[in-house]
Amino acid sequence: MSSTLDSLDSFEQRLAPTPAPRLRIQDQGAPPDTSPHRHIGIEAVFEAKDISIFYGRKKALAGVSLRIPRSEITALIGPSGCGKTTFLRSLNRMNDSVPNFRIEGQILYHGHDMYAGNVDQVEVRRRIGMVFQKPNPFPKSIYDNIAWAPRNLGLKHDLDERVEQALRGAALWDEVKDRLKDSALGLSGGQQQRLCIARAIAIEPDVLLLDEPASALDPIATASIEELMHTLKGRFTIVIVTHNMQQAARVADQTAFFSLDSSAYEPSGTLVEFTDTATMFTNPADPRTRDYVTGRFG
Amino acid sequence: MAELGAAFDPTAPLSASGNLRRRQFVSRFSEATATGAAVLAIAVLAILIYTVAARGAGALSWEFLTTGEPTGIGPALIGTAVIVAIATAIATPVGVLIAIYLTEFAGPRATRIMKATLDLTNGLPSIIIGLFIFGLLIKPLEKQMAFAASVALAVIQLPLIARGSLEVLLLVPGNLREASDALGVSRWRGVIGVILPSALGGIVTATVLAVARAAGETAPLIFASSVFDATKVGLNPFEALPNIPVTIFFLSEEGNPTGFTRAWGASLVLIAVILFASLGARALLSRNRERMSR
Repeated sequence: MSSTLDSLDSFEQRLAPTPAPRLRIQDQGAPPDTSPHRHIGIEAVFEAKDISIFYGRKKALAGVSLRIPRSEITALIGPSGCGKTTFLRSLNRMNDSVPNFRIEGQILYHGHDMYAGNVDQVEVRRRIGMVFQKPNPFPKSIYDNIAWAPRNLGLKHDLDERVEQALRGAALWDEVKDRLKDSALGLSGGQQQRLCIARAIAIEPDVLLLDEPASALDPIATASIEELMHTLKGRFTIVIVTHNMQQAARVADQTAFFSLDSSAYEPSGTLVEFTDTATMFTNPADPRTRDYVTGRFG
Repeated sequence: MAELGAAFDPTAPLSASGNLRRRQFVSRFSEATATGAAVLAIAVLAILIYTVAARGAGALSWEFLTTGEPTGIGPALIGTAVIVAIATAIATPVGVLIAIYLTEFAGPRATRIMKATLDLTNGLPSIIIGLFIFGLLIKPLEKQMAFAASVALAVIQLPLIARGSLEVLLLVPGNLREASDALGVSRWRGVIGVILPSALGGIVTATVLAVARAAGETAPLIFASSVFDATKVGLNPFEALPNIPVTIFFLSEEGNPTGFTRAWGASLVLIAVILFASLGARALLSRNRERMSR
């Protein structure tokens, strides 16, 4: 047993070539709380209660319950097809436009039922922004990409200042400040993705949902996106889907491991384990998690 | 399993063997036939334009384009412009809204029904549309008027504009819709601010092509705007206005040799306007495609 833990330790060190950011947080003051349930005490932004999601007759996700704490980074990891993106998209109701989408259970956002009858999708997304897997800038100028949503939401005061703040927030300002009127489509892939993040934070949402934001990018662009996430943390609650375990280990405060539950009659995605990232990668409770994070599966 | 034996000798020279010679002949023959059909299409247009140009060029002059009957077609040119402009002003907003409804709001069932409806409307004979407008507007009011002609032409343009706009709106990537949705902007704002500007070039193209189509339609105009005074310019859409298609029709019926020449001349002017509009629209569309795919 001890030999397994040793190997996990060394694996964990290999996972973190850059100084692990979560250590930084633990260094600031009180001794680190390594209890798997430390996030229970923190205010939850999302509280999912026994969520099951169906596309037509196909069950994509079954029985997911978790609490996503405020102002922290929560990563959702797992193999392809395990429902992590489906779960993420149900957090700002992006799935609503998918034909035959159906959700059971309850998602509370600051205590409000997100799927209650009086909930307006547009209001939901104004508070809960999203960045997608593939950069999707509008075919407009860099400036207009950022300014478009604030203009439409009536945030017209000091628009130039808002655009600059958003671009600085996304670590893109210095690269584009001299060509704000140029088309956003002329930017590189990494720049386009940071532009999309800038566009999302320009309306100052409460939550940022990131759906594999670096999967279409090269390692350098990926590094800059990850660095960016640390600077955004605290201002926003961030939920990130990634199939890259090292990325989760580098950026997330807590990690949820989703997997395909093949024991059921019809396999569907399910939440296997949800704990803080350190525990997830060093001492996972579930053998399936251990197999996944040590690379034995997936 | 019995041995099938080698189908060919792998060491033989690489020239055609077996039935390949025959297969290649069939292949080349088919290719030549298809090419011939394509050349024929170009030839028909070329011969038609050449004939009209050869016979009509003699009539062309500044006077021909600017004066009224009996020396020129000026009032008819302006009348056609007025009639088509009003038709386009009616058909474009409705057609674009139909396309927006289909791509942004409608379910698959409604889309199927609407597409079939548009295709049926597109296939309606223009003489029937003319008759319909005659019964709807001209008979009750007991008066021919250009406006009625415009309504008929708008019915003809509507499916062209709606289908054309639909095609380009479908080209707008879905992730732009997701992006605008995810920003907490309402769907309609997204349509106005992101979707429509991306598709604008294609919508303009569809509109210009519909203008070209409407400019040459004759049947509805015979019902709605054929009893006119072609000696002077008229702008009032609630009167019958002189127009090019009906002018060509009457001049070629008259049995007057100078009238024939003027009919060819008017035809040449009409064809030139339509060709330039179509070519311009296509150039616009390809420029827009480039910009969208960049």
